[in-house]
Amino acid sequence: MVTLKELRQDELFLPGNASCPGCMLSLAIRMALKVLGPNTVMTVPACCSAVIQGYYPRSSSAVPTLNTAFAAAAATASGMSAALELSGRGETSVVAWAGDGGTADIGIQGLSGAAERGENFIYVCYDNEAYMNTGTQSSSATPAGAATTTAIRGKAEPKKDVPAIMAAHGVPYVATACAAFPLDLADKIKKAMSIRGLKYIHILTPCPPGWRYPTERGVDVGRMAVMTGSWILYEWQGGRYTLTGPSRGLLDRSRRRPLADYLRMQGRFGQLGDAEVARLQDELDARWAGMARRLEGGAGRGEAGPGE
Amino acid sequence: MRDCGAASSAPTMGASGRTGQWRLRRPEIDQRRCTKCLICWLYCPDASVVRGEGRGVRIDYDYCKGCGICGAVCPVKAIRMAEEASD
Ligand SMILES: Cc1ncc(C[n+]2csc(CCOP(=O)(O)OP(=O)(O)O)c2C)c(N)n1
Ligand code: SF4
Ligand code: SF4
Ligand code: SF4
Ligand SMILES: [Mg+2]
Repeated sequence: MVTLKELRQDELFLPGNASCPGCMLSLAIRMALKVLGPNTVMTVPACCSAVIQGYYPRSSSAVPTLNTAFAAAAATASGMSAALELSGRGETSVVAWAGDGGTADIGIQGLSGAAERGENFIYVCYDNEAYMNTGTQSSSATPAGAATTTAIRGKAEPKKDVPAIMAAHGVPYVATACAAFPLDLADKIKKAMSIRGLKYIHILTPCPPGWRYPTERGVDVGRMAVMTGSWILYEWQGGRYTLTGPSRGLLDRSRRRPLADYLRMQGRFGQLGDAEVARLQDELDARWAGMARRLEGGAGRGEAGPGE
Repeated sequence: MRDCGAASSAPTMGASGRTGQWRLRRPEIDQRRCTKCLICWLYCPDASVVRGEGRGVRIDYDYCKGCGICGAVCPVKAIRMAEEASD
C-alpha cells in the first residue's frame, strides 16, 4: 500500500494550468505522476488533458509529453515504447493518457491492436463520462440516464464496459480506480509499473461542469459513486478479479448506499423520475450479481465482464 | 533541449497564467485548529496546498482556483471558504 507519507512532495503536474476549478482529472494526473516519477514519458490525444497541459511554448507537465491525434494514443505509445526499447531505455515508463471518448469510441481499435501485440506501456483511460473538452456530448462511456448536450433527456444506452473488454484481450493487468480514492489509484499505478506488457487502468474522474455539481463536492461525488456500487473498484490479473478498497465490502447489497444518493448529487441526472431511478438501481444490482459470479468463478479471458 | 523538429514546450508553473485570479472563494486555514494531517494537500487538484517547513500547510493564492475541495475534505474543518473581495 502506498501511504500519504511515501508520496513525493514535489509536483510533476504544475499548478496554474487550465483545468476547471475542482477538476478531478487534474487530481488523478497529479497523483499518477507522483507515483510514476520523472522517468516517464506520456502521450495525450485530443481531450481535456491536452488542454490542461497547456499551449506552446508552455506546458504544465514536467514529464515529456507527446500530443497525438484523437484516435492515436495506443499507436503512439506503441511507437514510443519501441523507440525507448531500441535505444536501451526500456526502464522508462510509457503512459498513454486518454479520455473516455478517445478510448471507448475513436481509440478502441488502436488500443485493441496494441493489446493483441502485447505492447509494453500503461494505458490510462480517465473517464469523465462524456466528451467534456468539446462541450459534454455523449460518449459510449456515458452512463444510462445521464443528460448530455446530445441526449438532453438522458442517454438511453448503457455504459460500455471497457475494462471488461480489455480483460477479454488477456492483457497482464486491468484495474479500475476513482480519483476520489487517490491512494488506491497510487497502488494500481505502482503495480502496473512492475508488470511487462499492456496494463490498462480506467479511472472515474468526476467533472463539475459536465456532471453539474458544485466544485467542492468532487471527492464526495467520487466516493458516493463507489459507496453506491455504481463504480466498482477492482483489479483483474492472471484471470482473476479482486475487489479493492471500499468495494471489497459491498458484495452484500445491504451494504451499498441507494443509487439515488449518487444520482441526486448531480444535475445531469436531475430529469430522472423515481421510476427511472428504480430501473437504474435494478440494472446496477444485476451488474453486481454478475460481479459476484466472476469473483467466485475467477472468470478469465473471453468471459463477459461485470457490465454484462 | 535538442531540436527534434517538432514544437516543444517547457514545463512552467502558471502555464495558463495566474489562475488564482479565477477564484470566487478563498480558502483560509485556521492554523490553530490544523492538525497537519496533509489530507488537504493530498486532495487539492491544483497542487495549491503547499507543504511548508515544520510540517504545516499553506495555500498558494497565486494559483489556487478556489474550488473548495480542501475545505470539504479537512477532517477537523480547519479550512473556511471566505468570499473573495470583488474589485
Ligand atoms: C478525429 C477528431 N475528431 C474530433 C475531434 C474533436 N475533439 C477533440 S477532444 C474531443 C472529445 C474528447 O473526449 P474525451 O476523450 O472523453 O476527453 P475529455 O475531453 O472528456 O477529457 C473531440 C470530439 C478531434 N480532435 N479529432
Ligand atoms: S471539463 Fe471537466 S474534465 Fe475537463 S477540465 Fe473541466 S472539470 Fe476537468
Ligand atoms: S480551494 Fe481548491 S485549488 Fe484552492 S487550495 Fe483548496 S483544493 Fe486547492
Ligand atoms: S486537512 Fe485540515 S487539518 Fe489536515 S492539514 Fe489540511 S487544514 Fe490541516
Ligand atoms: Mg471524456
